[in-house]
Amino acid sequence: MDRSAPGGPPGPGGERWLDEAAGPIVRPYAVTRGRTRPPGEPLDLVAILVATGAAPAEPERLSREQRRLLALCRRPYTVADLASDLDLPLGVIRVLAGDLIQAGLLGVRRWSAPAAPHTDPNLLRRVLDGIRAL
Amino acid sequence: MASARSEPPDGPAGGPSPTAAGPPPGGPLEERPPDGGPRVALKILVAGGFGVGKTTLVGAVSEIRPLRTEAALTDVGIGVDDLDGLAAKATTTVAMDFGRITLRDGVAIYLFGTPGQERFWFMWKELSRGALGAVVLADTRRLAASFASIDYFERRGTPFVVAVNCFDGADRYEPPEIRAALDLDPHVPVILCDARRRASAKSVLVGLVEHALRLAGTPPPPRPWTTGADPARTFPS
Repeated sequence: MDRSAPGGPPGPGGERWLDEAAGPIVRPYAVTRGRTRPPGEPLDLVAILVATGAAPAEPERLSREQRRLLALCRRPYTVADLASDLDLPLGVIRVLAGDLIQAGLLGVRRWSAPAAPHTDPNLLRRVLDGIRAL
Repeated sequence: MASARSEPPDGPAGGPSPTAAGPPPGGPLEERPPDGGPRVALKILVAGGFGVGKTTLVGAVSEIRPLRTEAALTDVGIGVDDLDGLAAKATTTVAMDFGRITLRDGVAIYLFGTPGQERFWFMWKELSRGALGAVVLADTRRLAASFASIDYFERRGTPFVVAVNCFDGADRYEPPEIRAALDLDPHVPVILCDARRRASAKSVLVGLVEHALRLAGTPPPPRPWTTGADPARTFPS
């Protein structure tokens, strides 16, 4: 894997680190087997995902992170919420979710935020009422 | 530090995007019964320089949580000179302020606090796609730090308000002075706020949505409160 960077000695398993503040360069993508691009269309960070309920054909091939992701997605979940709750970077969630979508285990309820919510008076009024009621 | 200017913003926001056009492959999910998850997720950006109070503001109105995203090292300007040929591949993670407000009817508002510097614009492009609007949080001692954010949202056509975080000990300026100093269009609201206070932070969001409603050609309904309850003063001259 040609993703090394200067800034520190290689760690165990050849991982290299920038510094504590920057975090690991490579490690998050170990759970995606090194891939940084999800298959298919990119998911917006407020795309809403939900498990299809289908049984995985090869459950033993699912990673621990994918299992956790699927468990959370028994309810509809946004990509941003998944990243935060699973403590993984957004890009990792996209790759993991992309695989699960391709495998038919995860469905996309919404691909993105509404295209132009600021032009929808009805939606804006609902939001306004909601914020005022907080 | 090597200067690695990020890409300038491209194209107007809100247009058709590849993600918006993607076909839902997951079957007839819309027909599922209500199950407690969000049906509509909306984005509001909170932009501003370091130390201006983004984290405080997001935390005042929502349960704030960590959210990490990736940045190419060129984007954040670390060690670019040493990474010749590798820079395009190497990434590091950048933390954002992230908060969710769940409203009735399955509408959830997601707040994303992002640094205002141009080198973080790679994040803004995605964040502002389909965003309901933006709050530019400003500090009167460092107004120039807001220029880049204001330019960005003006160019993309994203509705925004300028919220001036009134720090203890900072000189007070009236909104008309701030408006002039920032060279704001007359219709852009300038709101004085105390980002630590929930009611004040809430009124900033209310001001933003009211502004978006006006831009959409609909006057916002009258405020339910009349006196005393609104800690922020809005001057949408």
